[in-house]
Amino acid sequence: MKPIDAITLTVIQAGLQQVCDEMDHTFSRAAFSPIISEADDRSDGIYSAEDGSLIAQGIGGLPVFVGTMQASTRTIIEFIRDGRCLPPDDGDIYVVNDPYLGGTHLMDVRFAMPFYRHGEIYCWLSNIGHWPDIGGAVPGGFSASATSVEQEGLRLPPVKLFKKGKMDSEIYSIIYSNIRVAEQRIGDIRAQAAALRVGSERLTELLDRYGDETVAASIAELRKRSADQMRASIRGIAPGVYRGAAYIDSDGVVNEPLTIALSVTKTDDDNLVFDFAGSSPPCLGPMNCVLATTHSSVYLAIRHIFPDIPLSAGAFEPLIIKSPAGTFLDAQYPRPVSGCAAEVSQRIAEAVFSAMVHAIPDRVTAAPAGSSGNFALGGHDPGTGREYVMYQISGGGYGGNIETDGITNGCSTIGISKSPPVEITEQVFPVLFTKYALREGSGGAGKTRGGFGLTYELELLRGSARASFVMDHGRVGPQGALGGSDGAPGLIIVRRDGVDYRPPHITKKQDVGLKAGDRVHVETPGGGGYGPPFERNPQAVLTDVLLGYYSTAQAASLFGVEIDPRSGLVHEDRTAELRARLKQAA
Amino acid sequence: MDTRFPHDIAAGQVVAGIDVGGTFTDLIIIDDKAGTVVIGKTPSTVEDQSKGVLNAFRDSGYPVSAIDLIVHGTTVTTNALLERRISKVGMITTRGFRDVIELGRRTRPTPYGLFGTFTPIVPRQLRLEVDERMEATGRVRTPLDESQVRDAVEALLAAGCESLVIHFLHAYKNPSHESRAAEIAAEIWPNAYITTGHSLLSEAREYERGVTASVNASVQPILDRYVENLRRELERGGYDRDFLIMNGNGGTISSRFVSREAAKTVMSGPASGVIAAAYTAAKVGEERLITYDMGGTSTDVALIRNNKPLVSNEIEIEYAMPIHVPMVDVHTVGAGGGSIASVNDAGLLQVGPRSAGSRPGPICYGRGGTEPTISDANLLLGRLNAKKLLAVETAVSVPDIEAAFTRTFTERLQLDAYDAAEAVLRVANLKMAGAIRMVSVARGNDPRDFILFAFGGAGPLHAAAIARELGIPKVLVPARPGITNAIGCAVADLRHDFVSTVNTLLRETDLEQVRDLLASQRRQGLDAIAKEAVRPVDVMIEHSADMHFAGQTHLIRVGLPSSEVDLETLQSLFEDAYFQRFRVRLPEVRANLASVNTSVVGVRKEVSLENLIPAAGRRSSLQEALVETRPVRFDGGWHDTPVYQREWLPADVRIAGPAILEQLDATTVINPGDVAEGDPQGNIIIKVGSST
Repeated sequence: MKPIDAITLTVIQAGLQQVCDEMDHTFSRAAFSPIISEADDRSDGIYSAEDGSLIAQGIGGLPVFVGTMQASTRTIIEFIRDGRCLPPDDGDIYVVNDPYLGGTHLMDVRFAMPFYRHGEIYCWLSNIGHWPDIGGAVPGGFSASATSVEQEGLRLPPVKLFKKGKMDSEIYSIIYSNIRVAEQRIGDIRAQAAALRVGSERLTELLDRYGDETVAASIAELRKRSADQMRASIRGIAPGVYRGAAYIDSDGVVNEPLTIALSVTKTDDDNLVFDFAGSSPPCLGPMNCVLATTHSSVYLAIRHIFPDIPLSAGAFEPLIIKSPAGTFLDAQYPRPVSGCAAEVSQRIAEAVFSAMVHAIPDRVTAAPAGSSGNFALGGHDPGTGREYVMYQISGGGYGGNIETDGITNGCSTIGISKSPPVEITEQVFPVLFTKYALREGSGGAGKTRGGFGLTYELELLRGSARASFVMDHGRVGPQGALGGSDGAPGLIIVRRDGVDYRPPHITKKQDVGLKAGDRVHVETPGGGGYGPPFERNPQAVLTDVLLGYYSTAQAASLFGVEIDPRSGLVHEDRTAELRARLKQAA
Repeated sequence: MDTRFPHDIAAGQVVAGIDVGGTFTDLIIIDDKAGTVVIGKTPSTVEDQSKGVLNAFRDSGYPVSAIDLIVHGTTVTTNALLERRISKVGMITTRGFRDVIELGRRTRPTPYGLFGTFTPIVPRQLRLEVDERMEATGRVRTPLDESQVRDAVEALLAAGCESLVIHFLHAYKNPSHESRAAEIAAEIWPNAYITTGHSLLSEAREYERGVTASVNASVQPILDRYVENLRRELERGGYDRDFLIMNGNGGTISSRFVSREAAKTVMSGPASGVIAAAYTAAKVGEERLITYDMGGTSTDVALIRNNKPLVSNEIEIEYAMPIHVPMVDVHTVGAGGGSIASVNDAGLLQVGPRSAGSRPGPICYGRGGTEPTISDANLLLGRLNAKKLLAVETAVSVPDIEAAFTRTFTERLQLDAYDAAEAVLRVANLKMAGAIRMVSVARGNDPRDFILFAFGGAGPLHAAAIARELGIPKVLVPARPGITNAIGCAVADLRHDFVSTVNTLLRETDLEQVRDLLASQRRQGLDAIAKEAVRPVDVMIEHSADMHFAGQTHLIRVGLPSSEVDLETLQSLFEDAYFQRFRVRLPEVRANLASVNTSVVGVRKEVSLENLIPAAGRRSSLQEALVETRPVRFDGGWHDTPVYQREWLPADVRIAGPAILEQLDATTVINPGDVAEGDPQGNIIIKVGSST
């Protein structure tokens, strides 16, 4: 077959992308759960028939899923080959949520559908959706203290939920009997399957129009070119070894920090080799990370650095990840993993940023807050007579960078979901916020400073409840870069009967009892500073003080800027003097 | 001559629509009595838009004193906002919540990439907190501290604020604190620029409501000054009547009241085009349209069903700037004539997202542009006529453009300049078709059930190719594609929209309350219309309800047959609409009534569009309308293609493609295999693929 011309490639690339974007869209529009319909905690894509490698994935998918679905689809293909699950038929859809089989946490449920052309599997269409509950010890699934996966919920190996287009009611009833608020799940299941069917229709149209062989040849060529494109981006990096690290406060059970050690080697043939040697061993609590999520975290970090490279297996080829076997970044059954997608993934990304900022300081920011800020409150509302579970997520500061200060209250790096409005939360749950504010002073000092975290405090109005937290970055703040200071670490205070209680693990705690009048106070991390703070433009520091971001005292101690209290202007001479003195001291 | 017509537009005969765009100010004067239409295109004056407006009237040769009604579409507020040339705003808000409009809802500007910035409309030191707090039920938890309000007002005045926002939590549920604080402020504040959060948007979500109110306050003085200045200038010219301003909801409002809700004008530019589309298509019996307005830097797409443009309450005009008031749901696609074509690191052709904008612009504009754009590709392939481009500063030769394509593409893609130009159009059309498809699918529609209404300078150049890509059977190119927005102004009705939150389970809803809300909305709307100087020929009242399933967030809007609606009707209307949209029935789940809405529309006297192309200028045969025959590239080959002057075409013309229609402000391409026909309203209907 003659080589595919560049225009056909462009057209087919756009066509495949469109198929995935429409799947994303169908899933979100038809899904019942707000976590999918509003927060887009889902992803859809096309995967190869041979090994499940990524052909195209929707642009609107949650970043943490960039690399997991190909692993998941590959597992299903292997299971079929080995006879570990039933062979596929046209119209079948497999369901799987086993984290160790190419997953994340149990709540992320994957569907995979073989796509047939002329009696043969041409490719796979797969998607993943975060279900609001999957059973287990804690509503919502984010346990802070599980010690085995069984405590985290129902675990499904790859089984056919749909057989030749019809749902298997027996498998459905097993699922139904094991999860909370089960009656609403049927809406999500229908939406998740509908997305795959829409993908199937649209892909059929594409193949009918351009021909199976042309599309297949284009997919192969696009994969090669994506690799070329990634290598072209890597080419600008000076060969060498770049080191980074990140720390998790604790695993939620043993109160000791976990270390992610990372070295990134730029090779002469324009690959990046990621080595996690020296990272902590597997942990007792739920902060273990399955291999697919470890890989995905590296991919998503690189995609944040080079956002223009389309998603495909080719783009991942130059990113070589050495096996982290023996560390907590390659969790094996039955290690608990519920913190892996929301928190550990973000620490892995932070380790990548902290290494890469030395390699390409113009493209990488200082560390972002990087916590999903999960806070769950479950209780009984005597006002409505109903049980409830409230989820609060929150953002934090982003890192300073070569161009600007970091943004304030940015989204978790692995997510794209918005936080809920205070007014809506108060309408639905028996709580009242007393504060929802920018966390002053939390941005790490730097030539460009980190963005600010969030401070909120809420009061339980009625009844009693139990609060659980899975956050991070409470022990050390998000890292500054190139001389910048760390952002402020996060903190949680539970105010019961006027007495402040701080969880021993700082950011992780399960089942803190609350009664009416008790309060929960959360401060989220600020972003890391970038470059030496004493090089920050004194006028920018003055503006920060005017806006109340820092106090006058902080302007002096953090940035070496003296503000004349009478004129309210920068005292130039004393600033120069102070900066010289502080530099020397440092 | 007596120029003082009685100011009754029901009997009025001369209506002027004038729309200020980024490059041109467009004018249309429709004189029903004389049966004449005057149109004009004058360069926009960016610093003071009113100059361009006055220039347009002057150039038209039509005395403003002889015009009965001027309807004006302005981008004064849009530009002020996007360029942040806004007035100084102070905010008074609930203690503990002054940072709501700065924190947003934990987002970042793009899904991937951690760069970017965001500056709130009201700077932090001008956001002051006072003691007060409502609960979600509307019950007062902390009473308003009036002396703190007074102190805050004084402090913000002393800080030099020109306008004021009062934004309290849950004010949509109980506005008494906001209203009282506004009363106190009004005693002290030297002008009327006080915006309360609940008055613009009576809906929960403190961030979106706060930003909407802040946007309103930030552009209010600017719009007010602009309108007053224009009023003085028009009076000087002999027009001493009220004029109407186009709003983003697709309706118009008296210039005397417009600045009160200035935020509603921010998206008025695209809205007027959509209104013109609905109006034009209705006259030829078409009710379902996708509007496709392609300009130099971007393309606007909107859906019209049953002759009604879809309306959205949730428009975000740029990153982290939501304006949640009812506005025509226009989706902007980042592709226009100035989109730059290049080859990326993967060796693939890429069109956009970078744009040459209007400066330096496409190479063919001769303003210093050096990178190939969509417009340049159209020119190379013979679709555009180099001699007739409107925006050219220094003439650029075709060989220069060819050289730029060769330089950019030939080596890397193994394509000569002309093949590359054709590939650029193919990729650009595919991209725009994809975007249009997503816009319609996202709103629950299949594009094949619509016709494509093409306007804007570049819309008719691409429309037929895009329609083919989407499987859309028909393209409607209106008589004057380049001044569609001005026509939209000339034909738009008076309109007032109201939204009130209910937020109860449908089966627990207090029907009395719903009826009261609707009645109150209706009354407010009728009052507002009564205050307008322009008298409508008819008043239409449309009630609707926004509903969703409990536990879910997709809001579905259903039209209500009357304000005396019962619960069973609401339930079944909702279920049908939900099924229509998502193809799913969920009888086991309870429905929630989120809000009830009313639109009060003052229908203006019908405006005839038949004379947009004067009958006198039309020739009796197609042959007589022929300007030239030139080679144009289609599907890899050059075709000797007839080029017709649009205004000369016989009204009942039938043209088999390939052909090009040229007119002052737009060029229409009819592809081989397509057939174009004229209709009695002066439109051209392209039937895609009908000759094959």
